[in-house]
Amino acid sequence: MLRLSVPLRQALSRLTLPVMLVLSLGAVLIGRADQGLADRLRGALDDVLAPAYALVSAPVVALEHGSGAIGQLFSLEAQNQQLRAENAKLLQWQSVAMALAAQNDALKTALNYVPTPTPEFFTAHVVADLGGVYARSVLVSLPPSMIQDSGKLVGAIAMDGRGVAGRVVEAGGRSARVLLITDLNSRIPVALGVHGLSALMAGTNGADPSLLYWAPGKPPAEGDMVLTSAEGGAFPPGLPVGVVHYDAQNDPVVLPLADIDGLRLLWLFCYPSNQPVLAPEHDVPKVAKPHRRH
Amino acid sequence: MARRASVRREMNVWRRLDMASRYAWPAALTVFGLLIIGVPLGLPGLAALRPAYIMACVYFWSLYRPSSLPAPVVALAGLLLDLLGMSPLGMWAVLLLLLQGATLLARRRLIGLSFLQNWLVFSGFAAMVSLLAWALQSLLDLQALPLLPLAVQIFVALGVYPLLAWMFIKAHRGAAAVELA
Repeated sequence: MLRLSVPLRQALSRLTLPVMLVLSLGAVLIGRADQGLADRLRGALDDVLAPAYALVSAPVVALEHGSGAIGQLFSLEAQNQQLRAENAKLLQWQSVAMALAAQNDALKTALNYVPTPTPEFFTAHVVADLGGVYARSVLVSLPPSMIQDSGKLVGAIAMDGRGVAGRVVEAGGRSARVLLITDLNSRIPVALGVHGLSALMAGTNGADPSLLYWAPGKPPAEGDMVLTSAEGGAFPPGLPVGVVHYDAQNDPVVLPLADIDGLRLLWLFCYPSNQPVLAPEHDVPKVAKPHRRH
Repeated sequence: MARRASVRREMNVWRRLDMASRYAWPAALTVFGLLIIGVPLGLPGLAALRPAYIMACVYFWSLYRPSSLPAPVVALAGLLLDLLGMSPLGMWAVLLLLLQGATLLARRRLIGLSFLQNWLVFSGFAAMVSLLAWALQSLLDLQALPLLPLAVQIFVALGVYPLLAWMFIKAHRGAAAVELA
């Protein structure tokens, strides 16, 4: 062990903090100059942490049967009531849906309708709820089959069982980060109601994203269904997102269908044609490369 | 008297190991706590808890056991927070080091204060650091970020400090007490 004189040691210990401060300021500058650096570091860290988080969250998930229920323990009775009421209503809707499905089938046959191909999708477990004060994101661990081609996962759309939850912004070898629709930087073009009026859903960091840029004469109506819109080419049309709700006059918000606070399992849909749009520019080429045979 | 001296001189490997682990306790607790907060329990406000937790750690250990939370560990924890929380790289490292510097500068005056007074001082520090974080991130992102998350973060820090301090005091007198080794 190195033996230093007491004054020298004191001087050194007094210097550590300023030196570290300067180094940290340097890190801020470097992070500013090379925006990709933070993403790469974050991806590497996520890859290291994802298995550990998967290990730790496994008992939690087992305890609550994968339903995200620990945070909801306090409102069990109210939820139970709500579910009963909802279930009764849904049973009525089920018969309506079955009738409509049959009618839809008949109409499609009459039109020689060609169905849009189902996109490639993967199931991924949410292993960590990461995010800062101004960011909402979750970490998902990728199944082993996805590891070799995780690069194309950037831009994939993440849905839980009910609706759109977010979008993949970073993908490493073992893990991917999903930016949630409630994040400040999330902007999703949506179509409202039966007429498909276009608007933009913007995350506010709160529970419910707000609606912007709807047509001035036609404000969104309370209870309107919010679906993704193909405008701008960022999203495929028609994915369910939420329901319009008014917290205050002239301030419509979207109540997301996805259970944003209790995400457990996400389906990541890769739509190959729309990948580069929301992905960071320095990461992904703007034009999709033509396929070449080796 | 002679016997006491002989007891004091006995320094075998195990005692050294014990001392080292006690010495490393606060730093390890700080980093592991930061990671543990990410486990998805579905509780709201976890995102605000992470900076609040790390600020409480830096404040408490800088005040009562500064040698166990050296500046490099604080910088590392800040970087980790930035990478986990998607804030600009290095921002929280700078802020936490500033918090540590301020705490160390005021240490002589703070160390004699009662718990309530300490809580008050921490709240002031946390509010200032949070405000700085808001300003810095607004500057780096080139947009005025909303103020509500800032308020939430300050209140979370304020509310969570007594609980954390209680845990830290237990550790300070028990598992992390180097003099007990």
